[in-house]
Amino acid sequence: MVKVRMAAPVLQQNDEVARENRELFREKGLFVLNLMSSPGSGKTSILERTIEKLAGRLKLGVIEGDIYTTRDAERIEKFGIPVVQINTAGSCHLDARMVQPALDDFVLDELDLLIVENVGNLVCPAEFDLGEDAAAAVLSVAEGNDKPVKYPLVFRESSVVLINKIDLLPYTDCDIGLLQEDLKKINPQLELFQVSARLDEGFDPWIAWLEQQVKAKKKRPS
Amino acid sequence: MHELSLMMGIVDLLRQSAAENNIKQITKVMLVVGDMTMAAPDALQFAFQSFQDEELFRGAVLEIRKEPVRGECKDCSHIFDVKDFAFLCPSCSSPNVRVASGRELYIDYYEGE
Repeated sequence: MVKVRMAAPVLQQNDEVARENRELFREKGLFVLNLMSSPGSGKTSILERTIEKLAGRLKLGVIEGDIYTTRDAERIEKFGIPVVQINTAGSCHLDARMVQPALDDFVLDELDLLIVENVGNLVCPAEFDLGEDAAAAVLSVAEGNDKPVKYPLVFRESSVVLINKIDLLPYTDCDIGLLQEDLKKINPQLELFQVSARLDEGFDPWIAWLEQQVKAKKKRPS
Repeated sequence: MHELSLMMGIVDLLRQSAAENNIKQITKVMLVVGDMTMAAPDALQFAFQSFQDEELFRGAVLEIRKEPVRGECKDCSHIFDVKDFAFLCPSCSSPNVRVASGRELYIDYYEGE
């Protein structure tokens, strides 16, 4: 019997490609955001409002991750910005190796901001580094305030949480105070923004945060 | 259910290492999974079983060692067990806490002949 010590990280291959992606984004001075949430929390609606508000201010590109359909990409295409669809064909998350070839479909030098909308899933996407600068999680009040404690990793890995469907709060049992408290325990550095994508409310601080990140990334010496 | 894609990575690493070490049959694999890593042991076991048809993995046992979530305070260097994913230093109340353990996902070792 032979015992072989490996200490081999399982995600090593992914993390190597993520590093290559990150290096490319650094060269281009491009800020890249990984947008994650469970299905139906409003990622695409938030993205639509974000695109509207950034029109004429920042040049935006979008990567749409979806298991099988192109529905989200079709919604984004209407805004006349570059969008690339990645179909994961059954896989529940995007990984760095799926994102890398999609980058060739953009003229990265002409972009200020690239948003990657991950597959709707609160568990798996958080495990895979794509090479992004920051991750943002969306959590809708209708999902209940126990979600951060049940799925801590995605909130620990994110820099921002957009609490969506805030207009529905009176109709749910969600304790927004407790929700925010739990989020801050998991990740004290989190920026929290309350929004309603449906009513187009609460977006100003989020847009200001995005613009600030893009500016900071451009300034960074390459 | 990303455990199958994780397992495909694990199996790839094992195949490669077994070939380098001239091992024809793996009997045991020790995988370390942190409590904050989103990989369910049952689902990992199930995914591992799906490779039993392959000569190298026939009869092999997957053992999973869990690592608790521990934090290290960046301000006072205190190391502590993190309960309910609350990353606040119990010693100085600083929120400036690094994940010291709990995010592991690696093959510690395997046995074979």
